[in-house]
Amino acid sequence: MIPAQFGYVRPESVDEAVASLAEAGEDAKVLAGGQSLLPLMRLRLAYPEALIDLDRVAELRGVRDDGDALFIGAMTTHHDVVRDPLVHAHAPLLAQATATVADPAVRHRGTFGGSLVHADPAGDLPAVTLALDAVFVARSPRGIREIPAADFFVDLLTSALEPDELLTGVRVPKLGEGWGCHYEKFHRTAQAWAIVGVACAVRRSNGTVAEARIALTNMASRPVRAHAVETAVAGGPVSLDAFRSAAGAAAEGTDPPADLHGSAEYRRHLARVLTARALATAAGAP
Amino acid sequence: MPRVKVEVDGVTYEDDVEPRLLLIHYLRDRLGKVGTPIGCDTTNCGACTVLLDGMSVKSCSVLAVQADGHQVVTVEGLGIGGELHPMQRAFHQEHALQCGFCTPGMIMASIDLLRDNADPTDEEVREGLEGNLCRCTGYQNIVRAVRAAAEEMRQAPEREAAS
Amino acid sequence: MTAPVQSTAPGEIGSARKRSEDARLITGRTQWTDNIQLPGMCHVAFLRSPYAHARITRVDVEAAKGQPGVIAVFSGQDFADEQGSLPCAWPVTEDIIIPAHPALAVSEVRHVGEAVACVVARDRYAAADALESIDVDYEPLEPVLDMEEALREGSPVVHSEHGTNRSYQWVFENGDLDAAFRDAPVVLERRYVQQRLIPAAMEPRAVVCEPFGDEFRLWSATQIPHVLRVMLAMVTGIAEHQIRVIAPDVGGGFGSKLQVYAEEVLCLLLARRLGRPVKWTESRSEGTMATHHGRDQIQRLTLAAERDGRIRGLKVDLLADMGAYLMLVTPGIPLLGAFMFNGIYKMDAYSFTCTGVFTTKTPTDAYRGAGRPEATYAIERLMDELAAEVGLDPIEVRRRNWIRHEEFPYDTIAGLTYDSGNYEAATERAQILFEYDRLRAEQADRRDRGDPVQLGIGVSTFTEMCGLAPSRVLGSLSYGAGGWEHASVRMLPTGKVEVVTGSSAHGQGHETAWAQIAADALGVPFEDIRVLHGDTQVAPKGMDTYGSRSLAVGGIALHNACLKVVDKARTVAAHLLEAAEQDIEFEGGRFSVRGVRDQAKTMQEVALAVFAAHDLPDGVEPSLDSDATFDPDDFSFPHGTHLCAAEVDTETGFVRLRSYVAVDDVGKVVNPLIVEGQVHGGLAQGIAQALYEEAVYDEAGNLTTTTLADYLVPSAADLPAFTTDRTESPATTNPLGVKGVGEAGTIASTPAVVNAIVDALRPHGVHDVPMPCTPERVWLAITQGAGGGLGSTSGGNP
Repeated sequence: MIPAQFGYVRPESVDEAVASLAEAGEDAKVLAGGQSLLPLMRLRLAYPEALIDLDRVAELRGVRDDGDALFIGAMTTHHDVVRDPLVHAHAPLLAQATATVADPAVRHRGTFGGSLVHADPAGDLPAVTLALDAVFVARSPRGIREIPAADFFVDLLTSALEPDELLTGVRVPKLGEGWGCHYEKFHRTAQAWAIVGVACAVRRSNGTVAEARIALTNMASRPVRAHAVETAVAGGPVSLDAFRSAAGAAAEGTDPPADLHGSAEYRRHLARVLTARALATAAGAP
Repeated sequence: MPRVKVEVDGVTYEDDVEPRLLLIHYLRDRLGKVGTPIGCDTTNCGACTVLLDGMSVKSCSVLAVQADGHQVVTVEGLGIGGELHPMQRAFHQEHALQCGFCTPGMIMASIDLLRDNADPTDEEVREGLEGNLCRCTGYQNIVRAVRAAAEEMRQAPEREAAS
Repeated sequence: MTAPVQSTAPGEIGSARKRSEDARLITGRTQWTDNIQLPGMCHVAFLRSPYAHARITRVDVEAAKGQPGVIAVFSGQDFADEQGSLPCAWPVTEDIIIPAHPALAVSEVRHVGEAVACVVARDRYAAADALESIDVDYEPLEPVLDMEEALREGSPVVHSEHGTNRSYQWVFENGDLDAAFRDAPVVLERRYVQQRLIPAAMEPRAVVCEPFGDEFRLWSATQIPHVLRVMLAMVTGIAEHQIRVIAPDVGGGFGSKLQVYAEEVLCLLLARRLGRPVKWTESRSEGTMATHHGRDQIQRLTLAAERDGRIRGLKVDLLADMGAYLMLVTPGIPLLGAFMFNGIYKMDAYSFTCTGVFTTKTPTDAYRGAGRPEATYAIERLMDELAAEVGLDPIEVRRRNWIRHEEFPYDTIAGLTYDSGNYEAATERAQILFEYDRLRAEQADRRDRGDPVQLGIGVSTFTEMCGLAPSRVLGSLSYGAGGWEHASVRMLPTGKVEVVTGSSAHGQGHETAWAQIAADALGVPFEDIRVLHGDTQVAPKGMDTYGSRSLAVGGIALHNACLKVVDKARTVAAHLLEAAEQDIEFEGGRFSVRGVRDQAKTMQEVALAVFAAHDLPDGVEPSLDSDATFDPDDFSFPHGTHLCAAEVDTETGFVRLRSYVAVDDVGKVVNPLIVEGQVHGGLAQGIAQALYEEAVYDEAGNLTTTTLADYLVPSAADLPAFTTDRTESPATTNPLGVKGVGEAGTIASTPAVVNAIVDALRPHGVHDVPMPCTPERVWLAITQGAGGGLGSTSGGNP
């Protein structure tokens, strides 16, 4: 299959990219790694009039220490995220989840920012940014806007970015001492999208759960935070039984899709089982 | 039309291309590099895997313009002076191919895998090749071949050092 | 005689030769059909129906004709007079309904993906663009999606001119069923669904056609260049001798390229009309709708047995989904299972009824195993159900019913004669390799502990009929052709050999295995032999490759042709050695006079002497070249025992295969490396049916699994390592003692996997999980404590 024709711009700086995007108008698309966009264009499910290719915008790549957070450039590839020492040290949940995205060749091209802006509720990274309370940084001719993860994912394949806004990167707060993390991905084959995923970070203190952050992949048209479970485990024991009991609330507030790989009911069931497992692994429960 | 300059298997080409031209079609239809085939539309099968600046990519999901200024190695560019690459040799020795359609991509993905991990376990090979589908072999001999090639490639530098 | 395989015999046959064909495949120096570039070649793209069922009221191609790079645009109407009807070569009954099947739809479309118009353009990009400018008006008709619904009174009809969705009904009966079922102590009644599968060979189809003088050269990614040539001639009226079909390197088929496709006919007609070469290459998503599908049966089974587990009789009632049209062998596929539902077991009575049903879906046809996997699944699942019902180990219940090795040859209740086999030996070997008793102990332990991950053990003791096929049998089944195969041997002056085969390899390794056969028979080095195939001009006679027939039919043809060469050479050698022909011995490529070993002529020397032809005996023609056509007396019957251990996560329904042992008996083996590879690949496909793959249609008749993101072909990460071994019971129906191996793994493995899953969950009250056994279905079976079957009844008639 072959994409339809489009105009092509290849800016070399963020300023140039923002200007190009504004000029190109609503029917333009930003091309990051292209691993979601190009297949959609080949199937002619997407017909952008123009592509703004960010490949040459070097300042959008890389991870830097930003005090109490990491700043991850939008064009940092999954491959680079997985191997980045800062990510390993301060956001291991992100490294873990990114390592499960697609396959090695796709991770070489696909980018952190690209997959977040794509806002696919079955994607693994949106839930991770939600669990970590990440902040999205966007640029437009109107300036810089910061968008909390909780507001960034609006709906199926829809982010909060305005048509003229470019995601430049994401600020991911560092997890301090005592945190354990796990991304529990449930899928039918290694390559398949998550039927359900659970991004989980737990801080232990004196043998109890001091704090937990849990977000779910593919349980609604956008990633969902499992607040009820977070509250239920906080202050409680680090035990599988306690986690199982708390995870009974994992499907609250979700609106899971029904598709080839699972009904909504099955997804709710999985969310409960997998949330307990993710908590147990993250917390190192016996 | 944008102009691209791409090194493919050691030869530099300059061409005007439509922005939408996929790298795989540039290789096959413009350069006659038909050793790399196309198996799907959605990056799932991996038959079109090539190395772009040394890293595996699926050339059906890269635009030719994105390869501008970069280096591409296809299965046709492997081996030096008529010698097969150890991975090609291992695929032959271990009967890791039948119809051979996935083989170019599988070999390139396997080379990339060893670049990352010179001594993978069976499980690591299987996971590392999750993006390359084969319908003939059941993968068992592919896993065997990748490990055999890894063994040979780990020993080769020592042998050179010893000689 | 059967024994675990110890060592290989001296000589080429039996040796694990590395494959000759690899040299081009690992370096990219291949010739896939899509690689072909010809001067002036244009590209074809097809517009396909978005409706499952609709009347075409208008096709406007004018706007598309004006698009850049477009050379021509055609609708079905433009070819209505010359495209004929795509062929069905297997009218299984006298009153079968075979609807007209235009290559390009003219007035009605009957499945999503059916071609309605085509663009010919300078390149593939321009062709793809212009498709969007074709305007088609459709008047939607009701889709027909469910076979049982389709047969009900008042159902919408796929082919209204025929008034029914029933294409045919085919019946077979043997033995006294009433007696078998009367007062049977155990009666099991089950309903199993063979889901629809997409063959998904890695190489999408492609066709190139070039008008060349008064000839048309047509390259196609096909398994059947010879059959295709005949059929193209019959469909289009172009004379057979003016069509040359070439199957260059072909990237897998698994039955999906055993077909005469609309695109092949249309590329030929386009090349004729435009007078220039055309190429069409399928995209994957297009192929999921336009390349035929496989399986899709509903099986209703009733088994009568004694309390001790011995089977009395079996009734099989099948509904087989034909899809929208009957393609090359569509109606015959389920009938290949008719003779296999009894498996390796003895019973007194058997009946088989198959109803072919039209639906508004992609046509079905051969897919690896073709009829036999469905049958094997049914009987092997039933044997496990029977074991559970009567409280026996699944292997023990099989042992009580199977044909013992001393009973061969054995006439089965389905009317076949199994020539050889040793089910005891294969099973014993498999149990040892699998560590059957240890795993049973672990299973018991996990059950006792209430482990959330339960262990199941799946058994499949299968046989299959392959080596399609004796022509007289095919004739009795109303098949439109014979089942012979042809080979010829050309002795070149320098002693090199060209072997020409009518088999058409697409991954099986014929170039290697055939050279091994010829090397042994002719006594020339393996390296001196070249195998030619897949081109009707180079290999003019053949019946091609499918149904695990290449070795057991084509390989024997080659062996026989080689023997003729040796006979001719013996005459010449005797003359050159001035000895009587009956005194000439032939061994290791040397003709010598009995008792005088140092007086000898090599095959190469004889070949040169014949080429020179200076000194030949009177009346001997100056050629050693020979050919042979082999038509087997019977099928071959490979068998084996497969054991599968599956871990089932009872909380999520996820299934992980922990180990898989396959002990296969494929008779004598020409190349153990190739045999092992065929088994591995077959296992992967059979496991994929059990766990992953299913073509799914929505309520409007749209295929929803049109990409490999939705249709889950397993990767290396999803499959276990396999342990394979062999026993060897030579076939008695051919001189090499060989049987087929191409489909064995696929046939055996699907029930082994599902039996393992069900075995793990029996304590949960589960006796079936519908395929593919997705995590959700496994979880549902656990929570509902049943499965997809109708339940069992004991102690009386159903």
